Amino acid sequence: MPETASAPRKFTLQEYKTDVHVDWCPGCGDFGILSSIQQAFVQLQIPPHRIAMISGIGCSGKTPHYIDTYGLHTLHGRALPVATGAKLANHELTVVAVGGDGDGYGIGAGYFVNSGRRNVDMTYIVFNNGVYGLTKGQASPTLGKGLKTKSMPEASIQEGVNPLAVALGAGYTWIGRGYALDVKHLVPLIVQAISHKGTAFLDVFQTCPVYNDLRTKDWYAGEDIGRPRLRRLDADPEWNPVVNDSGNIAEIVEKKTRALTASYETSDSLAVGLFYKVTLPTYDDQLAIKVPALRDHPLVDLPLDQRNVEPLFEELA
Amino acid sequence: MPTAYPRGLGSGLELSLVVPTELSRRELSWVIGGPQGGGINASAEIYAKALLRGGLHVFANIEFHSNIMGKHSYYRVTTAPVPVRSHIDAIHMLVALDQETLFGDASERKHYPSHTGHVHRVSPGGGIVYDADLKIDNARFGRDDIHLYQIPYFEVLEEALDQVGKGGQSRKYIVMRNTVALGASIGIAGYDEELLFEAIRDEFKGRKAEAAEMNIAAVRVAAAYARNHFPQRPDRQLAPLPAAQRRPRLLIKGFQAVGIAKLKAGLGMQTYYPISPATDESVYLEQKGPQYQLTVVQCEDEIASINMAIGAAHMGVRAATSTAGPGFALMSEGFGFAAITEAPGPVVFLWQRGGPSTGLPTRTEQADLQFALHPAHGDFPHIVIASGDIEEAFFDSFESFNWADRYQLPVVVLLEKFLASSLFTSERLDTSRLRIDRGPVYRPASPEQNGYRRHVITADGVSPRSVPGTAGGIFSTTSDEHDPQGHITEGIENRIAMMRKRMEKLETAAREIPDAFKWKLHGPAQADLTLVGWGSTKGAILDAMGELEAEGRSVNFLQLRLMRPFPADAVSRILADAKTTILVEANYTGQLGALIREQTGVVMRHRVLKYDGRPFSRNEVVEGVSAALADHKTEVMVSHA
Repeated sequence: MPETASAPRKFTLQEYKTDVHVDWCPGCGDFGILSSIQQAFVQLQIPPHRIAMISGIGCSGKTPHYIDTYGLHTLHGRALPVATGAKLANHELTVVAVGGDGDGYGIGAGYFVNSGRRNVDMTYIVFNNGVYGLTKGQASPTLGKGLKTKSMPEASIQEGVNPLAVALGAGYTWIGRGYALDVKHLVPLIVQAISHKGTAFLDVFQTCPVYNDLRTKDWYAGEDIGRPRLRRLDADPEWNPVVNDSGNIAEIVEKKTRALTASYETSDSLAVGLFYKVTLPTYDDQLAIKVPALRDHPLVDLPLDQRNVEPLFEELA
Repeated sequence: MPTAYPRGLGSGLELSLVVPTELSRRELSWVIGGPQGGGINASAEIYAKALLRGGLHVFANIEFHSNIMGKHSYYRVTTAPVPVRSHIDAIHMLVALDQETLFGDASERKHYPSHTGHVHRVSPGGGIVYDADLKIDNARFGRDDIHLYQIPYFEVLEEALDQVGKGGQSRKYIVMRNTVALGASIGIAGYDEELLFEAIRDEFKGRKAEAAEMNIAAVRVAAAYARNHFPQRPDRQLAPLPAAQRRPRLLIKGFQAVGIAKLKAGLGMQTYYPISPATDESVYLEQKGPQYQLTVVQCEDEIASINMAIGAAHMGVRAATSTAGPGFALMSEGFGFAAITEAPGPVVFLWQRGGPSTGLPTRTEQADLQFALHPAHGDFPHIVIASGDIEEAFFDSFESFNWADRYQLPVVVLLEKFLASSLFTSERLDTSRLRIDRGPVYRPASPEQNGYRRHVITADGVSPRSVPGTAGGIFSTTSDEHDPQGHITEGIENRIAMMRKRMEKLETAAREIPDAFKWKLHGPAQADLTLVGWGSTKGAILDAMGELEAEGRSVNFLQLRLMRPFPADAVSRILADAKTTILVEANYTGQLGALIREQTGVVMRHRVLKYDGRPFSRNEVVEGVSAALADHKTEVMVSHA
């Protein structure tokens, strides 16, 4: 239902917080992401009751309990389908899906790919820490081959997935990466992601101080190599990830290729920032072509209980 | 020979019990067979429409392979001037588009033959229409008690095309052989050709009007050819009712009844992944979607389907998904999620097919009852209803959404391939008394109000739901065990309270849902013989009852509809009064029998089962019941090869 016009009032950070005890471990990267999401909501001034947070299962899955908006803490790997259903039911809500890397790139890989194809107007933030934290530190899909965290009995013998490359192939229209401990950089990325019309995918490097002793705060800071590992894409004045003409296949391929290259920088240099952005019709837009009433009203508000089905019987007479 | 096979005993069939009924004397069983893609569907459905227009009752069902083109399929149209809800295995008029329809595929296949053709099913005095160009020696039929009508399909088609100015184009329009065959059978059966022309014009409208005239010419020429060349007529003839006695009825399939009911119920979102035999319903809704402001999403799999529907349901939209057994298997975790978060739905439409695994994708079975009752891990409430015919499918589908909202739980509407794709003549369905009940909805006194508890403990177990987007109604909920606010807790007292609260909703539903949705006792309250069944065997059982009332024996039929919450008291009471109970089910283990035993302790005396992937024919019910009684067998399997 549309907001009733009232005196504009400012939503404060406090209004996006709940009094639920946050049970993440001390020093967990999740705190940075939680705080960034809340700050992004403040910047965007979206009323809390107009937001639906949808999460998967794992430490990250608990996020909706800590943000005072509508929240569905769903099943392992299924946040995206639930978020899709929620958004299509009420496209006036701001829908933000969150989950871990095991949730999104492992058990939920099929939904990660197919949500990219649909381009529903929502945001997907992945808390990427390389391990399954809640089950005590097994390798997640992003942990590279040959790596062995202290929680693993043996080193991983399968390759890690490159989620940004998958996202490019799947068709996401906004692709970015942030770092949980760089809130200053992460907040504007989340603001952009939520503001993007279409599915925005934001992978966030996140530290798990308990189980991942390889991808630590110090490692990201590059203590061992004498310079930060994270390279901000926007530090390069030449970097332009935005497709100007979405009808120009050559431009799309060129920008995707550059984003792909940037996504493969590894070990000593990891790119963060906006990798790719294109404006394409959303799934919601296309539904509204079929059902014009959806342009002005969300599905949940349509008078669907007053249908006349007699013409359908007529066809069968 | 038609045979019932008592398991482990080579006993034959007792047909002596069968009493001819008005239906069995006056019906005409017409079967058209041919390769998939050969147009048998079009011919059979045009024929059925012509019968409908003539005021006759029709029941038609199709059998086909999981194959796009070439394999044998057949469409059986049973018609009578009195209501008919079932088919018989006997054929009065067989219309063959190819040789395989006559004799099966044993000669061409190195492996296990899939069928032996239909000639042996043609009843004495019946007829066969087939292509003279096949040049089949009459002796090969091995029958001197039936009529053989050799029609030169190609030559007749030539002449028909010539009449509409398309002479010499038979190769191009060779697909119209089906209409030639149909026309010949109509000429022989003596039906009013004008009614057929009307049905053809109905089918080919607008830009296809030219095709209509071509098909009409094909019928006219073929019917005349048949009449002129074959003076001998089959025993059973076909006549429309006098115009004054023709009532306007519908010709409707199960998937259409369900689709229309869902639209009437205010369905907002349908999700699906393509799967036989459920897809027809979703595609029907997709076609009607724009007109009715319905959102239909084709998903990447059934896990996405159910979760998308759950997401929509939580947002306050009526949501549904349709699937068959293999897809239902993937939805398992979604059931638990919907149940523990008390989502108002979704309603899952489970169109059963032959299992297990991929099984028999295009055939029918009733082997998912126990699966529908136990779709996921843990104890949780959900509702399962099984529909037996078009009318029940319509009203159950409508009401299932009220239950989803009223009790905030997932609902399964259990259906079968047989109902999905069978054609029924039906009276107009009266929608005037249908009411939509969205269940208790939380409306905050003011937008600033705090303290809403999504899962607040109530006496009936139902907590008013707020519609996301509402100020003052914010909630979180989770698939973890949670407190009334929807936040995770593993506390002992809360766990007990939440389990009780959720399960209490089943008790509430059991109290509130009217008996008419729970069970039906057809026939006299007291009878010598009580048949027990569920789902779409209903038609065959009801039509068989008359034939079973031999030697002064009375028969009634207990049809189970609501499988969860199960009407244990009523079923116990009825079965306590029953003298001889016979379970009739299309599965191997007698799943309804197991449920009744679990819920009431009552064991069925006899079981008549069928698990060949084909629906019960009326005569199979009669034969199975007769064999069970005659031989005092606990279990009888029926199947007509």
